[in-house]
Formats: sequence, C-alpha cells, structure tokens
Amino acid sequence: MKNLESTMAGTVFTVNVEVGEEVSSGQVVLVLESMKMEIPVEAEVAGKVATINAQVGDFVNEGDVLITFE
Amino acid sequence: MKKVLIANRGEIARRIIKTCKKLNIQTVAIYSDADQDLPYVKEADFAFLIGPSPVQQSYLKVDDIIELAIKEQVDAIHPGYGFLSENADFARKAQAAGILFIGPKAETIEKMGDKIGSRLTMIEANVPVVPGTEHGLTSIDEAKKAASNIGYPIMLKASAGGGGIGMIRCDDEVTLEKHFDSTKTRAKSYFGNDVVFLEKFIDASRHIEVQIFGDTYGNIVHLFERNCSVQRRNQKVIEESPSPNFPQEAREKLFEAAINAAKAVDYVNAGTVEFIVDQNHQFYFLEMNTRLQVEHPVTEAVTGFDLVEWQLKVAAGEELPVKEQVSISTKGHALEFRIYAEDPKTFFPSPGTITRQYWGDVEDIRIEAGYEEENKVTPFYDPMISKVIIHAENRDKAIEKAQKVFSSAKIEGVKTNINLFYQFLNADSFKSGVYSTSVLGEWMQQQREEVSK
Repeated sequence: MKNLESTMAGTVFTVNVEVGEEVSSGQVVLVLESMKMEIPVEAEVAGKVATINAQVGDFVNEGDVLITFE
Repeated sequence: MKKVLIANRGEIARRIIKTCKKLNIQTVAIYSDADQDLPYVKEADFAFLIGPSPVQQSYLKVDDIIELAIKEQVDAIHPGYGFLSENADFARKAQAAGILFIGPKAETIEKMGDKIGSRLTMIEANVPVVPGTEHGLTSIDEAKKAASNIGYPIMLKASAGGGGIGMIRCDDEVTLEKHFDSTKTRAKSYFGNDVVFLEKFIDASRHIEVQIFGDTYGNIVHLFERNCSVQRRNQKVIEESPSPNFPQEAREKLFEAAINAAKAVDYVNAGTVEFIVDQNHQFYFLEMNTRLQVEHPVTEAVTGFDLVEWQLKVAAGEELPVKEQVSISTKGHALEFRIYAEDPKTFFPSPGTITRQYWGDVEDIRIEAGYEEENKVTPFYDPMISKVIIHAENRDKAIEKAQKVFSSAKIEGVKTNINLFYQFLNADSFKSGVYSTSVLGEWMQQQREEVSK
C-alpha cells in the first residue's frame, strides 16, 4: 500500500479520481488550492486507488495522506 | 469622519491605518483566526475576530462586517483591494446602513466589474478596446466561429474575472476547445458567473495603467501612469512610473483616454484604467479597477500625494485636494517590488513562519509589510507579504538603489522572490526599459538554458 501525501497546506479544489480507478504515474489525481493558486497533485507511481481521504473543500496540512493505492 | 472600519487584512490594512492615524481617525480592524497575531490587528484602535480562516467564512462575510460596522458606529468602511472592494452589494448594504463606502458608486462597481459590459461602455465613450466579442459566448461552436473571425492567438476570458484568474491564451481551435468548458467552470466557482468572451491576443504587449481620481462635484484628474508589465502567472511583480520606452505623445493620448473612461461612468474616488499597449505604442482599454490598487505607492512616490488621504476626503464629501490637472506633476522615478512568499523557480506558494525579516541598510526606501518576524504566513490568503517602494531622481538611480536593497535584504522561514529581484535587476531587457509582459518568463528561461549549458 502506497500513500500519496500532500506536499503543501491548502484546500482541496477538485478530486479527479475514484476509488478502484487505475492511475498512471504523473497523472493529476487531485488539485489543491493554496494562497489563491491551484496546485495539481500528481500520482508518484502507477496504481489502483484504494481510498480517498480528502473531499472537495477539505483543508489539508502538509504530510496529510490524501489518497492510498493498493 | 471620525471612525473607519477596514474590511481587509495584511499590508493594506496597515497602510490605511497609517493615514487614518495621521488624520486623527479611529480605526476598526477585522481579522480571521489565522491573522490574530498580525501587526495590523495591534495597530488598529479596535480589532474584532470576524470568523475562521477561510475567506468565505471571514473577510467575505458581507452581513457580519456590516453588522459590526453598525455596532461600532463607524462613519465609513474602507474595503482595501481584493475581498469586498469590488462588491457592489457590499457597497450598497453599507450605504443602506448609513455608512460611507470608501470607493465609487455601487453602480460604477457593477458596470465595470462586468468586463463585457465595460467594453461596451468604453466603445460608446470612444475609448479604444481590444478587438473581441461584444457579448458572452454560450457554446464552443459560437466561440470557435468568433475566434476565427478575430484571428488566433486569442485570449479566452471570464467576464467577471480578475487578478489574473479566469483567463487563458489559446493559439488554435484545439486549445480553445480544450479550455472552453474548464474556464467556464472555474469562472463559476471563483466569481459566481460563468460568462466568457474572447479578445485578440496582442503580442509583445505592455500593461500600462492610469491612476484616476474623481470627487462628488464632477472633478476628475489623472495621476499619471504605471507600467506593470513585469508579471508572473498574469500577476504583477514590479510596477514603475513613469513608464520607460513610452513617447510623450502616446502618453498624453493615454491620459486623455483614461479621463474619458472615468467621465463615461461619472467616476468618484480612486480608480485605475488598465490598458494593453502594443509595440507601436497603440493602446487598448483592458479593464477598470474600481478601488485602490496594490501598486498605488508608485504614484504616491512620484506625485507626493497620499492617495488614502484623498480617498477619505472624497468619501467624506470634500473636493479633490488638487482638482486642476495642470497643478499635478511627477518627480523622479519610482519602482515597486511585490515580495511573494513563494518558490522563485516554480512560483508555487511557500507558507510558513517568518523567522527573519531584514530590509538591508539602504536609507530612504518605503516598506509596506503585512507581517513581522515570528508571524505565520498561512495558505488561506494571497502570497504577497510585503512591498518595497524605491524612489530616485531617475530610472537608472532607482534600479541601482533597488539592487542595493535586494543584495542585503533577507527574509527567512518562507521562500521569497527577493533573490530573484536581485538577479533580474541585471537583465538587459529590464534595464533597457524596452520590455513586454513576457520579460520575466523569457529571462527565467534564458537563465535555465545558461545553467544547463
């Protein structure tokens, strides 16, 4: 199981994947908004989405686990 | 006017407090959870927690802010820039409560906030506008047809957009198709309005704006121009006045157009008419900002006026402090640098705690800082943390002075663009004064190429 952590504090602007979806490395899986800027968060490796721990509008801190992969 | 509520935060709240103190006006500050330790909260005569950190729950709470203003019996509200400064509903609600709104009439805000509507108003007033569509586009087919008539490249823009958000350059039909829906969605979520339109993209253009000021007696003057072409992500980074590489004849015409634009809407209080200027010094109306601008100190430096003081006086029903255009002149050259808490390479935000803030030992510079050492820069607000304003007898001397400042200034704890400024001030393109809005991006590209050689 691999975790995708937030690299920055911010608010979740969009979640672009669903549980069970196969994503490729480098794919933008989520967009954060921080200091009025949209920041794309990419999957570091390919994998299948196991859980999504953040919803649109949630505030996340640096290091928070956003998505886990099987 | 005895008491003013400042519906803003950070450096601009602090800036407004300064002038209020000078004029013996009491100030009421509002702050969110995240901002409770910022200097403006301490410097105001009164300060009230308005809500949690996200802007929707604090600085954008129209009714809560009006309610506080009534309770505190203030005479006026200063909205600063951003947040509610261009919100006609807020201006109207303040007026309905018997409180002066320090800005133009609500109708003017409304009219100029709609980019399509303001273009039409300017066409009627004989102010040149960028060639583009005269109404909102509902479908991609309509957009494609309009774009081929205008000719690529084009800018796809949100009619209610601003601050560099909700606009994108499209070089061909494929790109337009790709961005049409997402621009509409983004416009809806940021501005609550998904109307989009097209403008011709003007290559190698500059962004030059004119500061205007009107009072309730029909007097309107301009306070000269500011060149704001050094940008990143469509947002200004350095502004200067007077604009280099801009012949006097074109300048005079620009001022005349700005005055015509202001007269067309019976403009009251501080405003800025933004133009895009091409390589032949031909200019086109871009938009009108119905508020005090971030870069207003540039104009203050060259004219010697306190624009916040002018705003307060005009709002209180006085005439413009100087109403004859011939009595207004500029002196020397001013540069403003916006210090952003961000990675200077990627421009990604860099929130954190400021552990050190040192502006160097150059005398006679103006610093507008929203934060002090030990203050936290949080992810909820704009990354601009402070501004450095330099004034000298000419442009070369101003640049020289700025280089001295940025060679020794230090901010630690968050990443900033201070060192970027130090390097960029050496760029030939900037030094020559012949530059367009792509100057910073192109220079950075060059730097990267040199490193990889």
